[in-house]
Amino acid sequence: MAHLAKADFRTRLQEWLPKLVLSPSIAAMLVFVYGFILYTLYLSFTDSRMLPSYDWVGVENYVKLWGLRAWWTAVINLGIFAGLYITICTAIGLTLAILLDQKIRGEGTLRPIYLYPMALSFIVTGTAWKWIMDPGIGIEHTMHLWGWESFQFNWIKDREMAIYTVVIAAVWQTSGFVMSMFLAGLRGIDNEILKAAQIDGASNWSLYRRIVIPLLRPAFLSAFVILAHLAVKSYDLIIALTGGGPGRATELPATFMYSYTFTRNSMGIGAASAVIMLMTIAAIMTPYLYAELKEKK
Amino acid sequence: MRGYLGRKAAAIAALMATTSMAQAAEVEVLHWWTAGGEAAALNVLKEKLEGQGIGWVDMPVAGGGGEAAMTTLRARVTAGDPPTAVQMLGFDIQDWAAEGALGNLDAIASEEGWDAVVPAALQRFSKYDGHWIAAPVNVHSTNWVWANKAVLDELGIAQPTTWDEFIAAMETVKESGKTPLAHGGQAWQEATILDGVVLSVGGVDFYNKAFVELDPEALGSDRMKEVFDRMATLRGFVDDNFSGRDWNLASAMVINGEAAFQIMGDWAKGEFLNAGKVPGEDFLCFRVPGSDGAVSFNSDQFAMFGVSSDEAKDAQSTMAGDIMSPEFQIAFNTVKGSVPARTDVAKDDFDACGQKGMDDLAAANESGKLVGSIGHGHANRAAVKNAIYDVVTAHFNGEYDSATAVEELVNAVESAM
Amino acid sequence: MAVADQDTAVRTGLVTRVFIYGILLVFAAFYLLPLFVMLTNSLKPLPEITGGNMMALPDTWTFEPWRQAWSSAQIGVEPTGLKPYFMNSILMVVPAVAISTMIGALNGYVLTKWSFRGDKIIFGLLLFSCFIPFQIVLIPMASVLGKLGMAGSIPGLVLVHVVYGIGFSTLYYRNYYAVFPTELVRAAMIDGAGFFRIFWRILLPVSGPITVVCVIWQFTNIWNDFLFGASFGGQTQPMTVALNNLVQSSTGVKEYNVHFAGAILAALPTLLVYIVAGRYFVRGLMAGSVKG
Repeated sequence: MAHLAKADFRTRLQEWLPKLVLSPSIAAMLVFVYGFILYTLYLSFTDSRMLPSYDWVGVENYVKLWGLRAWWTAVINLGIFAGLYITICTAIGLTLAILLDQKIRGEGTLRPIYLYPMALSFIVTGTAWKWIMDPGIGIEHTMHLWGWESFQFNWIKDREMAIYTVVIAAVWQTSGFVMSMFLAGLRGIDNEILKAAQIDGASNWSLYRRIVIPLLRPAFLSAFVILAHLAVKSYDLIIALTGGGPGRATELPATFMYSYTFTRNSMGIGAASAVIMLMTIAAIMTPYLYAELKEKK
Repeated sequence: MRGYLGRKAAAIAALMATTSMAQAAEVEVLHWWTAGGEAAALNVLKEKLEGQGIGWVDMPVAGGGGEAAMTTLRARVTAGDPPTAVQMLGFDIQDWAAEGALGNLDAIASEEGWDAVVPAALQRFSKYDGHWIAAPVNVHSTNWVWANKAVLDELGIAQPTTWDEFIAAMETVKESGKTPLAHGGQAWQEATILDGVVLSVGGVDFYNKAFVELDPEALGSDRMKEVFDRMATLRGFVDDNFSGRDWNLASAMVINGEAAFQIMGDWAKGEFLNAGKVPGEDFLCFRVPGSDGAVSFNSDQFAMFGVSSDEAKDAQSTMAGDIMSPEFQIAFNTVKGSVPARTDVAKDDFDACGQKGMDDLAAANESGKLVGSIGHGHANRAAVKNAIYDVVTAHFNGEYDSATAVEELVNAVESAM
Repeated sequence: MAVADQDTAVRTGLVTRVFIYGILLVFAAFYLLPLFVMLTNSLKPLPEITGGNMMALPDTWTFEPWRQAWSSAQIGVEPTGLKPYFMNSILMVVPAVAISTMIGALNGYVLTKWSFRGDKIIFGLLLFSCFIPFQIVLIPMASVLGKLGMAGSIPGLVLVHVVYGIGFSTLYYRNYYAVFPTELVRAAMIDGAGFFRIFWRILLPVSGPITVVCVIWQFTNIWNDFLFGASFGGQTQPMTVALNNLVQSSTGVKEYNVHFAGAILAALPTLLVYIVAGRYFVRGLMAGSVKG
């Protein structure tokens, strides 16, 4: 009898306690994430300027948005930036992880050196790189002082090249983090598989290409998602490094959205650009989430 | 009570009613004078208030000429917890007044006779619907040229009085291998130059027609093309490394004698004074040649937000009165490089450039040649101002030629209205 | 967790090894360059910076900029330095990290060991919340905080950071617990252990590595946040806001040496966390989070 009652109680407990534990998170998420997204969606259809207003104007803000040159610049810049940033970070991260996995003396020292930029805030990263890349005081100036007169590195002042300086600073900040994800992946691979392959006479190159890298698939996926969302959200770095300039050559969607919402008093257009950004993120995330959730049957 | 309610005022008023008001008499001040001399100057006001038994709660948020502070303000107002006083510029004050978020300073204003001593062009921003809503701290003017006297003397250049002389002088400097015009490539700095250039091309009438009334014909006129041509000429006198440079580094170029001129508002003077330079001896200050007595100004003001308790209102109005007092106006403006926001302040404490600025301001006020700065949000609302920034900066960076810039200007202003 | 006894995967000759070390050191220089620039310039007197070589070591070494940044630089109307803001940041970061990590651990536990219909969808929704750009939530968040009476206070900031931190902390713990043998949990259940008891006695003791990862991640993000701090900080502004106020003077001489010293001071806690806990970081990542 007692046993049954207890079992019954446990079943009921099992039913409601986990859900109860989860429910504050769900409630917070529904309000603070999805509620606010819906709110932004709504604002994008209103004539909000300085503060939210609730006068419906239909798709006018979207029409205006896509008619703005600055928005197109921002979207194209995001394409360039995200493409290069993700590729270079992944390449550097993977290379460093593989090299660091070769029983390197001093790994314990090198790893924090690669990782520490992730700990710094945008003001630090931005101002430091702004200095280093400024032709008047930075590397170019230093090289001139050291006698290499013809050395030129003025990308940050060049409308065409400035976006690449943002890539450099961003890669500096996160590639070490990507390295540690790959390193973790490498360390997680069962050595027996590698040994077997080596006995079969596989060369180093083909060992990595055919066995190790495919096994790192989850790490690639995680790295891609983290990098992609950092790229889309990039705001701080631009402000600290170039302020969106020269001219508006390094504007990204996140800086565009902030400036229209808060400094240009065009909250409606700002909300419309936010909705487009969210849709982009959703488009990137959905396949990942799908894969992630299917795997764990 | 709060009167002149705008469209969304009811909602905001409801929010404010729930706000917990300051218990002891104190003022909370949101501003972006966060560092160095100007923050120290603001401390004068703080101490003055403390002497009157009013506490000062400091809320500094720096960044982007007040952009970060304005974001913070929006969050505070939305949360129903606005600060007592907020540093603000030009049309922003009017926009907040239109939202019904600001308080009323009429009592102290009439008691102290502000109407008589504050220039009308400033009152345009400090008053809304005939009521005082903000206390102006200073008047900056933007159409100044700062010049290194030693460089000019060495090259035998006299202080230019016309635009052509100005250009000729810069040609001479260029030949000598120095940089003629020190400039930092940030949108607002380019727009600051624009203020002076527009006045030099078309005078006050054209300035007002094109940039205050936003008349499409004036915006698309040949005169406007002339404006952009002159901007392009100036671009030719700037060094290659200008992009993104802070304005004070540009000032430093003039101070060190690397460059001859800088077109910048009177806040630049502080840099020269800090470097131990003497106006008239080491450096010159004069209006952009061709300005013809016109002064383009911007004015920092403290907008007073709606507070409900009587005690808070009293503290707020005491603060407004202190800001307008001649002692504070002198103490603050001698540090900041600007001139007092009232015309009846004694000039003795100001240096040669400051006195000249005060004379120019008074004269321009008399003759109706005092205009709001385009580049600093005193000619138009934020959306239009930024639309103008976009075009001017794209043109200055070589993205547009002058004819395209004129077209783009008309489009940009139209779509921002 | 067998980091130490990993065999070298590749058999390498001397030339290759020199090459490998070469590349690793070049990258180390790349990563260290900005820190080097900041450190050396924070130890120079101002004229040496404005007139000299950015890369050069100081001619005159001075700790004055550090002292100024910490205790006497003008921040707002008062010359307090960064010191008073440091405490604000600590008071905000510690509870925010603790709460969001704890909630993340419980969520991860529920989502993997007490699965129910729709749990995957809930996890998906939670995960998506990691990616929301924070600029868009400012205004609605302000109005919610205002209604809760938490605007402009440290509890308000803690709430905001917890809410937007749950996504990542849940992700970390869920992936970590997913590979933990469910049989052990079942066995404990049959032995009569309850929901919290199983969590406390079985899962928590093995959660060390992932907790390190999660704490480092949350600590860094929350410590470095500027947007929320400036908007909702009120009179308890965190250190990033103060640093921004220090370096963004609109007029006056820019004291770069003080700015750099301030920047390093503001970054010190996160740097310490990375350097001290960095080696557990890879271990923690390895122990679950990247295995999908």
